[in-house]
Amino acid sequence: MIEIVDLHKSFGRKRVLDGINLTVREGETAVIIGGSGTGKSVLLKHIIGLLEPDEGSILVDGTDVSSVRGEELYLLRKKFGMVFQSGALFDSLTVVENVGLPLREHTDLKEEEVLEIVREKLALVGLSGVDNQKPAELSGGMRKRVALARALVAEPEVMLYDEPTTGLDPIMADVINELILDLRKRLGNTAVVVTHDMASAFKIADRICMLFKGKIIWDASPEETRDTKDPVVQQFITGTSVGPIQVV
Amino acid sequence: MRWQVPRTIELEYVGGKVVRFFSHTGAVFILLGQTVVALAEIRKRVGLWFDQMLFVGVRSLPLIVITSVFTGGVSAWQAAYQFKGYIPLRYLGTAVGKAIVIELAPVLTALVVAGRVGAAIAAEIGTMKVTEQVDALEAMGISPVSYLVFPRVAASVVMLPVLTVFADFIAIMGAMAVAVFFVGLPGEIFLNGVKLFFHVSDLMSGLVKAAVFGLIISLVGCYHGLSAEGGAEGVGQSTTRAVVWASVLILVSDYVVATLLFSI
Repeated sequence: MIEIVDLHKSFGRKRVLDGINLTVREGETAVIIGGSGTGKSVLLKHIIGLLEPDEGSILVDGTDVSSVRGEELYLLRKKFGMVFQSGALFDSLTVVENVGLPLREHTDLKEEEVLEIVREKLALVGLSGVDNQKPAELSGGMRKRVALARALVAEPEVMLYDEPTTGLDPIMADVINELILDLRKRLGNTAVVVTHDMASAFKIADRICMLFKGKIIWDASPEETRDTKDPVVQQFITGTSVGPIQVV
Repeated sequence: MRWQVPRTIELEYVGGKVVRFFSHTGAVFILLGQTVVALAEIRKRVGLWFDQMLFVGVRSLPLIVITSVFTGGVSAWQAAYQFKGYIPLRYLGTAVGKAIVIELAPVLTALVVAGRVGAAIAAEIGTMKVTEQVDALEAMGISPVSYLVFPRVAASVVMLPVLTVFADFIAIMGAMAVAVFFVGLPGEIFLNGVKLFFHVSDLMSGLVKAAVFGLIISLVGCYHGLSAEGGAEGVGQSTTRAVVWASVLILVSDYVVATLLFSI
């Protein structure tokens, strides 16, 4: 279970998170929506301890992420798999080396066993025949899928997705959505997904939360979200430029 | 009347620079400490360490060969010019040999490697930082110090002395070629001059310096890479800073190490 309590974060004078309270239960997929630059990725990076909060705490199965350091933090991070917005694949490594890295680092598996698991995960995300290609030789959609394979290769308890469908065509975005649903069905893991792709949010979410002006202003089921009369949420999900969310 | 910078702004500017200098220095020492701690994972990093030794050492050799030949050549030419009419040319090898082994080969090798390897380290790690690859390592529970910094530092500390040995030999050969073909000094006399007053401790002191320079180049490169922010511009600035700081620190530490190793 992930419990975020009164989380505050500023960068210089810019207050990004202003008292976030959020609980993600085990096995649940929570989707956090919000405009660009509202701090969704910042929130995600706090959950895995890549950023330290100014105030507040993030509890993962009772352990405060911001209070652990060094080896203890690295151990805690092994519970997570994270898919970065850009994929964040290692340029100098091939697809197989990228996906197999967590296994080579954290297990004593033999090289053949690592390769077998890597190929299995690549097949799961619908990729084959790209084993020895470098990330630069892949399309955007393929890179996202390799990143997904790398994040789930060690079968983590919690998956964090940072805009998994951004920059993909609608069909490829749906492939990724299906993969996220399929993974949850197979592994039963908890997931936090940050996105502003509403089609994706409605498809994969158990709960949709909206981040606006540094706070969670909405937390409800996809059905309730779709039918809401809340002007901010409504403006966001319908994607209109006129409303309480000021673009400029 | 001339416009003058208000005193408070001047103080603020200078104070800011001083604070930044000490905070960077402190951070580099912390990184050094973390790198030493990462030694515990040396067995896990042998592969990456060898890859880096190949990059730092073997692939720098052509550049070292060219710079060393000309360094040796110009040393012999300049020394012969200075000796003319005052000192017998049979001592040419002595002067040039000492200068190369103690000073020229370690320092010039380090400056060339700082330009090639220091820049590459800062640019590669800086690009990894701004494209979230360093975050991805952290997120996987892999320490960037152990995975990225340690192999580069260990490879540079080992390979700089090796490159310096090559530079010593090639520069002396270059000097001998100039002595033989342009100064008219027989090769045997030049080599006898090199051997005269040659101490193994001279060679060793040059190698100790080279190891220190290797540490400086790699550590400064890694630090500036890991501190990169923004996009391509940020990586460019980090790379420039890495090369400038490594070059300055090579010359400063050269003096410090010389005062520690050679008592007058």
